Amino acid sequence: MYLLAALLLPFIGFLACMTIFRKSSQTAFIVALGSAGVAFLGSLAMIPEVAQNPTRISQALSLNWIPYPPIHFSIGADGLSLWLIVATTLLSLIAILTASKRDGQFLGWLLLLETGIVGVFSSQDLFLFFVFFELTLVPTLFLMGQYGKNSGRATSNAATVKFFIYTFAGSVLMLGAITYLFLKAGTFDYQNILLQMQAGSFRLTPAEQMPLFLAFFLAFAVKTPLFPFHSWQADAYATAPSPLGIVMAGLMGKLGAYGMLRFCLPLFPNAARECAGWINGLAILAILYGALIAIVQPNIKRLLAFSSLSHLGFIVLGIFSFHINGLDGAAYQMVCHAITTGALFLLAGVLEERRGSGDIADFGGLASRTPWLATTFLIAALASSGLPALNNFVGEFLILQGVAFAGFGYAAAAAVGVILSAVYLLWMYQRTFLGPNPAEDTADLTGTETIAIAPLILLIFWMGVNSGSFLPLQSAVNKKILQQSKMNVEFRVQTPAAAVEAVRGN
Amino acid sequence: MGINMMPSGEELLRFLPEMILAVVATLLMLWESRYDEHGERPGMPTFALIGLGLTAVASIIAGSNPGLAFHNMLVVDSFATYFRLLVLGIGALAVLTASPFLRQRKAEGGEFYSLLLLSMIGQSLMAASNELMMVFIGIEISSIASYVLAGYLRDDKRANESALKYFLLGSFATGFLLYGISWTYGLTGSTNLNEIAAILGNPDIAPDVVLTAAAAALILAGLSFKVSAFPFQSWAPDVYQGAPTPVGAFLSAAPKAAAFATLLRIFFTAFDPMADRWLPLLSTVALLTMVVGNLAALWQTDMKRMLGYSSIANAGYVLVAVAAHSSLGVSAVLFYLAVYSVMNFGAFAVLSLRDQTELADFNGLAKRQPMTAALMSIFMASLIGLPMTAGFFGKFYIFKSAIDAELYWLAGLGLLTSAVAAFYYVRVIVAMYMKPVADGSPELAIPAPSLQAVLFISAALTIGFGVFPGWLLDWATRSSGLLR
Repeated sequence: MYLLAALLLPFIGFLACMTIFRKSSQTAFIVALGSAGVAFLGSLAMIPEVAQNPTRISQALSLNWIPYPPIHFSIGADGLSLWLIVATTLLSLIAILTASKRDGQFLGWLLLLETGIVGVFSSQDLFLFFVFFELTLVPTLFLMGQYGKNSGRATSNAATVKFFIYTFAGSVLMLGAITYLFLKAGTFDYQNILLQMQAGSFRLTPAEQMPLFLAFFLAFAVKTPLFPFHSWQADAYATAPSPLGIVMAGLMGKLGAYGMLRFCLPLFPNAARECAGWINGLAILAILYGALIAIVQPNIKRLLAFSSLSHLGFIVLGIFSFHINGLDGAAYQMVCHAITTGALFLLAGVLEERRGSGDIADFGGLASRTPWLATTFLIAALASSGLPALNNFVGEFLILQGVAFAGFGYAAAAAVGVILSAVYLLWMYQRTFLGPNPAEDTADLTGTETIAIAPLILLIFWMGVNSGSFLPLQSAVNKKILQQSKMNVEFRVQTPAAAVEAVRGN
Repeated sequence: MGINMMPSGEELLRFLPEMILAVVATLLMLWESRYDEHGERPGMPTFALIGLGLTAVASIIAGSNPGLAFHNMLVVDSFATYFRLLVLGIGALAVLTASPFLRQRKAEGGEFYSLLLLSMIGQSLMAASNELMMVFIGIEISSIASYVLAGYLRDDKRANESALKYFLLGSFATGFLLYGISWTYGLTGSTNLNEIAAILGNPDIAPDVVLTAAAAALILAGLSFKVSAFPFQSWAPDVYQGAPTPVGAFLSAAPKAAAFATLLRIFFTAFDPMADRWLPLLSTVALLTMVVGNLAALWQTDMKRMLGYSSIANAGYVLVAVAAHSSLGVSAVLFYLAVYSVMNFGAFAVLSLRDQTELADFNGLAKRQPMTAALMSIFMASLIGLPMTAGFFGKFYIFKSAIDAELYWLAGLGLLTSAVAAFYYVRVIVAMYMKPVADGSPELAIPAPSLQAVLFISAALTIGFGVFPGWLLDWATRSSGLLR
């Protein structure tokens, strides 16, 4: 019931904000805050049940939706999706908190976006998953288009259309693939399909797996985005209104990465392993290309967009390392990156609001005027660049470890990305906050902004030093996924003996 | 053998819907003589609606006792009933949209409603015909009334052009159809669909395959024109753009639905024995129709024209389900036609608010009329095929039937063209919500109550079938059963 509350309350809030409270933005804000807040509490309340048995689907609920083809409204959470759901409800709550001056419709769309993202992370029915996956497009379309602002050459209209077309076109083929799976397996129920695969009553030949895998992968790669499908991203992040930016940068990218980990590996093990080589190559390209482009970006949000491209490359790399450490790192990094990027976008939004521009050249020497803003920004930036004792370090370290087993060259190339991320983030920090004192006064973090950023900063530290409270839940599911991704293998995977030893050692 | 020429009461009951429509249409025409030329016609739309309501009741009663009528000329089964009710629903929406539209232009007339009802007689007959001659008569009744409707606004040059184009190309296509019918009769000695199927299915008496294929191709060409399938699609945008907007809405839904019903009847019964010959052709036509419709729609700046090309593309989707050649495919066709009629009609109803239908004319609509813009967004979202709208399930069932029939390439390419389509539909939402109102653009009229009713009904059905498609699909599946 807690999960249902986390899913349904934002939706009810959306309906309320769009209809009865659309004229009174004050009431709408309270309603939005209330529904998102209770949804967050609901997601927290799931933790004990999931922690008991992370591989089981907790909070499971299955209602008949459509009789034929049998589609169920089937939701549930396990260790992998739990933290992503919590991160979603938290970031949405924070995004709404920073949107106190917006109108009822804006808040309504944010709540619908929250519904969609929580739905993606909790769907246990492939069709329902697709519905939620596409549903996230609608609120984003309106938020970006109606409230976005032009940034440099990128107009918000063009960015909106580009974003919509890219992500919509990417995912249509996935619907075909899901339908094919249904026709072969006789059900949309994901756990049922996995059980059938385990029992051997349903299997996909490698020849079948490849096109299906590519259809799924394309949808996820566009959403993540992975190089070379990223060209919508920078424009979208730069023009999106700040509260949307928090959710979009923090969470939308994880939809793709989550999909790869959750569906691509267990469903299409042969194809996934066969493609791992070039996918890892693309991930490395994304890491390096994103980092290099980020260095030369003149705009904070654009810089953060390319930084996201680079960091999501790590996650994809970890997933397709087919090593438990890589998978764990990827799963952990998904949550960490959501927190860190959410914080960075929140602060970038604050900066943009203060100056009316997000260009780095317009800032400088802010640290003396806005010590709190500067400190929190520095913490988030350092976390993002992988400083030990902060959260991203754990994820990136595990990924690099896992990738090193898959191929040392990948790990070495990815490590360069870590260095580059320190370069662009710290250089940006320097140009923004250090230097001669600016002439005009700039306000520091306000009360609301402090409340919004505080939990994120707290989590950055907590997840950095105490990964033990988060990681085991994800790791248990990852072990299962890794097991499933080996089941159907008809060819021997080339694994060096040392790697096999290391796996056993775990 | 003496044949009793008098139809029995049961047969008359099966023909009752068409009879009621004819009576109401005639009464409307007589009533018209009481008015002078430019006045309003209070009560007439209501009367037409009551007539449609009675016809719907008669169709349900007729459908509850399925069977043949008039020496196997008509077959009233659940399939026919589904299409009869669908056409009646579209007609009711057309009456509601047309009356404020025509009143605003001081052109309301009894003959408009009368022609609308007459053309529906034709469509109703097409759905129920069991005979190639009945098919032809039905198409002619439907078409001739439609030609006049397209040019109803006599003083409008574009409407005249539209009517003339529709008439010339339409009669040309009917020529193909009639020629195909006569070939078929010459080859098989019958015009009854079931008899033709029996002859073609018996290798001992089946006529030459090449000649039969030619006959089938001629009939397919004629019907392709009616459903605006490639390569006979070029008339659709011109006609829908030029015709009065409510007529455009009606023409893009009702005659098309009836033509698809006919297509299914002829090809799934009469020509079914040679299905493996025409199915590849139909798949190709479906693919090209989707590609041509969607790509051409990308460049349109006029919304009516854009919806015209969109209707071509949508005909392509439906043809995909026809090409699946399964009962699943037939139910997908039935489902999608209903869904398409509703969402497309809603979009046309919004356009009927004004004369100028350039995309730029709708810039900033959300600021002036948030409700209309919100409803239009629902229709566009459904045409794109976003989840929670009826269009999503319509496309899903269509492509599911194609994948089920192992038409993977057709399903894949179709899905991709539908992604292309998202671009031109989303442009409408962008214009309404994200562009500023153009300077000096005239204020938009507040929708009349009946038009608002159309918008709300269409939107409610679009969302309703998008969340709970089960009921409609169930009905569509039951209605598709008898055909094969």
